[in-house]
Amino acid sequence: MTNRNGTLVELRRVSQRYQSGERTFTALREIDLSIREGEFVGLLGPSGCGKSTLLRIITGLQASTDGQVLYRGSPLRGINPHAAIVFQTMALFPWLTVQQNVEIALKARGVPREERATRAVALLDKVGLDGFESAYPRELSGGMRQKVGFARAMAVEPELLCLDEPFSALDVLSADTLRAELLELWTSGAIPTRAILLVTHNIEEAVFLADRVIVMEKDPGRVVSELPIELPHPRHRRSPEFASVVDRVYGLLAGQTQPEHVELGTAPGEPGRTRALPHITINDLSGLLEHLAGLPRSEADLYRIASELKIDSDHLLRLAEAAELLGFATIARGDIALTPLGETFADASILARKEIFASRTRRLPIYRWLSALLQAADRQQLKAGVIQRALEIEFPPAEAARQLDTLVSWGRYAELLGYDDSSELISLESAVSGDGGAATAQSRP
Amino acid sequence: MGFVRLFDIRQPRRGGLGPGDLVALVTLAVLLYGGVHLALDAPRRIDGPDISLAPGALPWYASLSLARMAAAYLLSILFTFACGSLAASSRTAERFLLPALDVLQSVPILSFLPVVLLSFSAVLPQGVAAELASIVLIFTSQVWNLTFAWYQSLTTIPTELREASAIFRLGRWMRFRVLELPFAAITLLWNSMMSWAGGWFFLMAAEIFTVGERDFRLPGLGSYLKEAARQGDLSATLWGLGTLVLLITVLDQLVWRPLVAWADRFKLESVGGETPATSWALRAAKRSLAVDWLRNRIVRPMLERLDAALIARHSAEDRLDGGVTRRSRRLWLLGVGAGLLLAYGAVRAAMLLSLVPTAEWASLVPALAATLGRVLAALVIAVLWTVPVGVWIGSRPRVAAAMQPMVQVAASVPATALFPVLVSALLHMPGGLSAAAIGLMLLGTQWYLLFNVIAGTTAIPRDLQYTTALLQFGPVDRWRTLLLPALLPYLVTGALTAAGGAWNASIVAEYVEFGGQSVHTVGVGARIAEATAAGDYPLLLAATLTMVLTVVAFNRLLWRRLYRVAEARFRID
Repeated sequence: MTNRNGTLVELRRVSQRYQSGERTFTALREIDLSIREGEFVGLLGPSGCGKSTLLRIITGLQASTDGQVLYRGSPLRGINPHAAIVFQTMALFPWLTVQQNVEIALKARGVPREERATRAVALLDKVGLDGFESAYPRELSGGMRQKVGFARAMAVEPELLCLDEPFSALDVLSADTLRAELLELWTSGAIPTRAILLVTHNIEEAVFLADRVIVMEKDPGRVVSELPIELPHPRHRRSPEFASVVDRVYGLLAGQTQPEHVELGTAPGEPGRTRALPHITINDLSGLLEHLAGLPRSEADLYRIASELKIDSDHLLRLAEAAELLGFATIARGDIALTPLGETFADASILARKEIFASRTRRLPIYRWLSALLQAADRQQLKAGVIQRALEIEFPPAEAARQLDTLVSWGRYAELLGYDDSSELISLESAVSGDGGAATAQSRP
Repeated sequence: MGFVRLFDIRQPRRGGLGPGDLVALVTLAVLLYGGVHLALDAPRRIDGPDISLAPGALPWYASLSLARMAAAYLLSILFTFACGSLAASSRTAERFLLPALDVLQSVPILSFLPVVLLSFSAVLPQGVAAELASIVLIFTSQVWNLTFAWYQSLTTIPTELREASAIFRLGRWMRFRVLELPFAAITLLWNSMMSWAGGWFFLMAAEIFTVGERDFRLPGLGSYLKEAARQGDLSATLWGLGTLVLLITVLDQLVWRPLVAWADRFKLESVGGETPATSWALRAAKRSLAVDWLRNRIVRPMLERLDAALIARHSAEDRLDGGVTRRSRRLWLLGVGAGLLLAYGAVRAAMLLSLVPTAEWASLVPALAATLGRVLAALVIAVLWTVPVGVWIGSRPRVAAAMQPMVQVAASVPATALFPVLVSALLHMPGGLSAAAIGLMLLGTQWYLLFNVIAGTTAIPRDLQYTTALLQFGPVDRWRTLLLPALLPYLVTGALTAAGGAWNASIVAEYVEFGGQSVHTVGVGARIAEATAAGDYPLLLAATLTMVLTVVAFNRLLWRRLYRVAEARFRID
């Protein structure tokens, strides 16, 4: 094996596209990326940016539509035998004991029984699971289960250890402990692994663990920037240096408020990109706006809000995106500030909120498009399936379904749309079918 | 657990008739035609075996019956692994196999019995022909739900478990043993139990089948019961029934229950509140030193060797979806060949059908109507008694727990075993065989409904029951707003299965050999039996096809739709 420049993995213009009917959707666009020996790389991005897909392409579980994956300088064909994955859902076999789960990877490689057992027991010992060899995964806590996941991955002594959001299904305490233990194993050189790739949407986690963070964006999935993290280990979350790095990453991810025509996008079918509605509930959005309204100057660090509201960064970024889209907030350099409209919304009564929300929703091109469709339809109503198929012009089927859900839930809250679950019919609320709209709230008994 | 799991079979969500169904139906017609064509050479007269009524002969008869069931089940499992895996791994195969399985699942299998028996006895020696026919028949009744279950579980294995198997390089064999089989274990097991329960019904029918000069009986528990009924020997009848119940109970206690309790480990996650299945037999086996020795000294090392040998032979595939394209091209060739053969067969079948005079075709219409009427009557009667009784049992958890084993034993006694015994009693009732046939259908079908009603009642959330109690609903409102809507999905599922059973029963219920003479009534089942007796092969094909088409059409156009509505609107999850 040659060791060119110490580069373990190299991706050259890797793209992933899906064909859906006549349209092609780009999940990943021209990704260039490399992982060097001795490096702990964090791959960070909002959900839907294709970071898990990228991990599957790097390990060979999935072939990319375009581009090249090199491992130690030669093209990767099929599954990479030098890689192992720790999965978000742990992916342990529930019917095998802890020890059997670790052994199975060795058995598949033809390691004889005695050696298998010795190695498995030693590894379980290393991750602190001695005494649990004969337990079944379901008897263990989430954190312990993920330790089995780590032990199994390390059993095959991979050169490249891939972690697919391994801590996101764990409670806060177990996740902290496990992160520290992983870091200990890695920095002390106790495992033969040459490089670690961590996929996560948790900004703090990436900054805590990685030597380098690669930031991805969605629509289409692409690498937007890279950030070396030169803080020495052990890193302290409360230190100002740590906070400033996290803040910078938030700034990279949350983007800036754009001019209105860019911000809103275009209607489906029109030239230009249709802006996907962030999948959030109005309840959570109201919660965020109320929280902001209670702060001095009605603005805050996104990073701080995430810990104050105890929601994960991915969810928070989606809420911020929605607030921005509706004109309730502006975002700049990782800070979010309420607009006067946002403040009015936060202070308003339930009915007034609906009215404000309705007037803002009506501005969205995607909503205008839907409303025009419905107005042209017989009795101003259409089957949900019909609208979903129309949305599939712009979005992949799963996303189109999510968009429709969000449209309906926003439209229902705003009392702009009606939806009958049994007939699956979406209709315009008759009282507001014109362009007035001020009568929305009052028209209801 | 038993009530809910055993009978809560989700139906495919498709409805209506598609091109795949058409292919499946034409294939069936061609197969039937092939059978009928062979049957032309069937001997005019077939002598059945002599059945001894001595209780001492019962163990022998019981083991013969059991062996037939086991052989058919083995065939079913092999078919399941082969066909289900094919459907799950190849898109092309999936497109044809799924509708085929779906149609075959809803076809009244018993209507094939005459064709299968006749064609087999044309080409095989008598003893072997009837044996094989019975095994084929039981196989066709057992296999479809197993194949579906296997296919469904293969396609629902969590992606990450699949990916883990791939990244840790489990080869074909290890994937089967460590991932696929354990993942499917529980549903395969429950479906096996259902298949066995259904299989007894067909076994008994196959063992006692006689038409005109042709006596297709097989030595076994079914023919023993029939002979006892013919001779009016009450004590022999009781001996026979006792043996049957004993056999079924022993199987339940020594095979199924231990397996279910053992299979608990294959649950994907532990759901709180559900009491785990227990089995005294399994507990005894776990404590037994002999079993322990067997496991550690024989089974484990042998499995280890087998694994090692097979791992060496099948090295890990490098892709998750390896080899699919190559295989599907071969499948295409196979498909084209089969298509040509099918077209030829269809033409020949049509030619044979054209021999059926118009008057005969016309006579099938009232026959069909009569059988349909009986099926519906049996359903209505079953619904009328099972709903109140089922709700009563289901809303009393302790009664339900106490009744479960009893009801299960009662339900597992195949109705066909009781036919000979009951016919004599029912024949003398007003309405004769025409009414008696309804009773016989009812016998086999009511249990499905009862089980489903009990399952549905126990599944109603406590909160809702408390709410209706707090709101002081009267009985009418309680039934209208809570019980009936909540039961609807279960009732439809139960009725769908029950209707299938009733159509099947019509073959043996509408035409009865009794006291040396045949009694029959108007009905498609009777027409099929008569055509078999008379050797009227075009009519046999016509009647069988008519029945198959009617049932499939009813299934798709009525039950499926009802089922979807009930599932979408009334299921409480």
